[in-house]
Amino acid sequence: MTEATAQTGETGGGFSLAAIPLWAQFAAIIIFGVLLSLVWDGATRWPEEWIVPAAPWITEFIEWLKSEATIFGVEFKDITRGIGAALKAPVKWAEYLLYRGFKGIGLGPLPWVAVAAGVVIFAHWVGGVRLAIFCALTMIYLATFNVWKDSMKTMTIVIVAVPMAALLGVVLGIWVTRSRTASRIFSPMFDLMQATPHMAYLAPVAALFAFGPVTALIATVIFAMPPMARCTILGLQTVSSDVLEAGQMSGCTKRQLLWKVALPSSKRTLMLGLNQVVMQTLAMVVIASIAGATGLGHKLLYSLQQLRLGVAIEQGIAISLIAIVLDRLTQAYAYKETDHFAAGKSFVQRHKHLLLFLVILVVSYIAAEFYRWVKIPPAKFVWGSGDAKTVLFDAKLLARHMDQAIRDFNVVAFDYINPIRDWVTIWILLPVRDFFLWLPWPVFVGVIGLAAWRLGGLPVLLLCLALMFSFIVTGFWVETMKTTYLVLIAAALCVMIGVPLGIWAARSERVANVIMPICDTLQTFPSFIYLIPAIMLFRIGDFANIFAILPYATVPAIRYTYLGLKRIPPVTVEAGIANGATRWQRLWKVELPVALPEIMLGLNQTIMMALAMTAITALIGSTDLGQEVVRSISTQNFGRGILAGFFIAALGIIADRLIVSWSAERKRQLGVA
Amino acid sequence: MPADVQIKCRNLWKVFGADPKGFLRRHNGAPTAEALADEGYIGAVQDVSFDVHQGEILIIMGLSGSGKSTLIRCITRLNDPTSGEMEYEGRDLLKLSEKELIDLRRHKFGMVFQNFGLLPHRDVLENVAFPLEVQGISKADRVERAKAMIDLVGLGGRESYFPRELSGGQQQRVGNARSLAVEPDIWFLDEPFSALDPLIRAEMQDEFIRLQSLLHKTIVFITHDFEEATKLADRIGIMKDGRMVQLATPEELVLNPADDYVAEFAKNAPRERIVSVGAIMQPATDSASGTVSSTAKIGSVAEQVLTSEHPVAVVDEASGNVVGSIDRHNVATSIFGTRAA
Repeated sequence: MTEATAQTGETGGGFSLAAIPLWAQFAAIIIFGVLLSLVWDGATRWPEEWIVPAAPWITEFIEWLKSEATIFGVEFKDITRGIGAALKAPVKWAEYLLYRGFKGIGLGPLPWVAVAAGVVIFAHWVGGVRLAIFCALTMIYLATFNVWKDSMKTMTIVIVAVPMAALLGVVLGIWVTRSRTASRIFSPMFDLMQATPHMAYLAPVAALFAFGPVTALIATVIFAMPPMARCTILGLQTVSSDVLEAGQMSGCTKRQLLWKVALPSSKRTLMLGLNQVVMQTLAMVVIASIAGATGLGHKLLYSLQQLRLGVAIEQGIAISLIAIVLDRLTQAYAYKETDHFAAGKSFVQRHKHLLLFLVILVVSYIAAEFYRWVKIPPAKFVWGSGDAKTVLFDAKLLARHMDQAIRDFNVVAFDYINPIRDWVTIWILLPVRDFFLWLPWPVFVGVIGLAAWRLGGLPVLLLCLALMFSFIVTGFWVETMKTTYLVLIAAALCVMIGVPLGIWAARSERVANVIMPICDTLQTFPSFIYLIPAIMLFRIGDFANIFAILPYATVPAIRYTYLGLKRIPPVTVEAGIANGATRWQRLWKVELPVALPEIMLGLNQTIMMALAMTAITALIGSTDLGQEVVRSISTQNFGRGILAGFFIAALGIIADRLIVSWSAERKRQLGVA
Repeated sequence: MPADVQIKCRNLWKVFGADPKGFLRRHNGAPTAEALADEGYIGAVQDVSFDVHQGEILIIMGLSGSGKSTLIRCITRLNDPTSGEMEYEGRDLLKLSEKELIDLRRHKFGMVFQNFGLLPHRDVLENVAFPLEVQGISKADRVERAKAMIDLVGLGGRESYFPRELSGGQQQRVGNARSLAVEPDIWFLDEPFSALDPLIRAEMQDEFIRLQSLLHKTIVFITHDFEEATKLADRIGIMKDGRMVQLATPEELVLNPADDYVAEFAKNAPRERIVSVGAIMQPATDSASGTVSSTAKIGSVAEQVLTSEHPVAVVDEASGNVVGSIDRHNVATSIFGTRAA
């Protein structure tokens, strides 16, 4: 096709861009940009006097909103205050229920025994004995490792945020399927929101609402809502036409058709949406500790900052276990099937799980009056009394031992680790970083712009240009390049690790059976906990940050490679075999080229996750956009934080548009779209 | 027009494309096949007119893509026609308000779907009671009515099963029961047996005949299976490329196909079960021995005629008069075609 266009260009006699080879176009742009930077300093650094002071403007605007603005005669600050107060109520009730207790009526919080029993009984109901055992072990861990109360604090926001995000998502999802206008507004918005890292949400919300659990709640709800909306849209759009028509012919009104036919028929998809909401909520809640959420995330951050790694590990394991439990429970609930065996059984038989829980609840409330350990798990477990006391288990002591062990380990290991870290930092990381910092912006803009134009045409070009200039003209070039450099290096490493693993898994069922569950589990954990091993081994710095990104962002590279290879039609592979290709030839000449569009979508996901994780590494120290967000919340300089969050999202959007356009075009060419 | 016409369709068009109504207007309501193709429109239903009579089984037959499913969706207003007229018992179907349409579906229409369209989250009883539930009928009443319907289709005892726990044939029965629960005047069936295995399909066809012998509904039935059509139909309408090629009794289709397309279908039809003696008889002759009824199907008298040395007299049942005769040669050619002669 390129040849044909080139020929038309020549015979037409006039100038045609397509007649110039692609590499030459890129080379021309790069040379032009570099030359420009030699004669004009403004190409290296956007001239100081041209910088648009957007950050102070936003900060001032927010100040104005909070002090003077009125909407329809109502003061803006009253609106935010009202929302804050309205949201505080459910948070308060959840706090009473889970760890504060209802002081007014002299009723304590749910005894931990009752909560633990409730989780285990629910697990047994939805998922059977194995899930129940796993949940029981998790509950025992939370109780014995001194993290019960913090877990409950975290769960407070989760149990308030999940119903709100789910409800909001369902309502918006329904609206999108019913109104073309809503669809035009919200569908692209949901896409963007899902590509936007956690951190970007925190600054704007923190700017409008005071530091505290309500801010964390709002940011969490906004962050966790899009998957629910998308699952609702997907569910409603995929209800089989027979079912819908049967509903219509049964004489349903529009409302009946929605509530009695369409929504219940898409229960499975809605439940998977709920699962994602729960997981996103948990991931956000632990990060929202910088905006005022208390609980495990807060404590973990504190432990990490103080390098109390033993405690950090205990807390990290707690978060991970909670994540796995929530994930498995919601999934089991989504796949739970109703069958006819329930009919004809007695009330007690049908509701034995619920009745058992109620009994335990009442008994434990009464027992809690007499035995304190029923109410709150003891700090340490002691056998006997008086002088004969022996400490069976003390989580704090264990943490101190772990701290010591890690210190001892590091003293030895640093002799080996430090040279590697330093070598990589000096010879790879710093040169790449310096390259990005040296890079004249016209080169960056030109290369990305040309790629955008070739891949997606004018709309993608304009979008990318607008996003790129937004961080150039506001003076965020350096921070953005630091983020870009970290993300690109991390993504490259993820691909180097993930693609071979994906190929290996696709080749061998046995390997797949090992790797894929690990991938599932790695994706279940809130990204925050990946900071722990990074700090443990490498302290702070770019090397540690990249190390923290790897386990999180490699998963999509593995998974999409695996799926891409698995989805190749057998005929294609067999044709390769029939033509006498060796195993390697088959892989390089047949399988990988056909699977490449899918693998590239994996790369896209990897970049998104690397971006999200890069921002989170700001919690332990970095100097890029994520750090701007974190700092803005503590200094109340919200303009910079909001912009930095937006630029993190902008980088994601640029990468996403480029890769998705390429992949779609390639799939079209391969005829597998 | 006979008084027993229940549904009347005149010049129905259903065109898919960018601006179907404008397109029809530009072509004065009757575009040619070339015009459709040139402008990128699809004429799923083209200028179809027919009546459905009270109590008859009208079968619309055609290959996939012939427009039969679209036609039935036009009549039930699941898919509004682009132009044309439709009446149900004298009421203009296209001028019904939303409320009137829902009312009609709640009380007069029942429909069965190819993939049954059962609600996966409801058990058999709740599925069958569903049309009654949306009408707001009390729980006791609808359970009683649904149970009666479940018994009627032979699924008694499986009320609390969920659709995924049932076989295809059982799901089909649930679909039947649900569509009959409101005691509709007219029963639409859209390829109800196509998703079933051949053996089950035959069983469900017999079941259908049994139900109709009890209920005597007016039925509009869609199928792509000519044999199924001839087995069940009073009249068959054959569709091709959106047009109704011929609408007639099975016997007429077999004996006088309107064109090659219909003839191609009729060729493999079980003629002995379709064609009656009266249609192939010759003038009466004195040498006749024995009698057969003029309305009897050939298959049912074949043995008698083929074993008789002489032609057999054909008698009109009503008057008792001899109206013609039939011999071995007639029977053989009418069953096997002229090839056998």
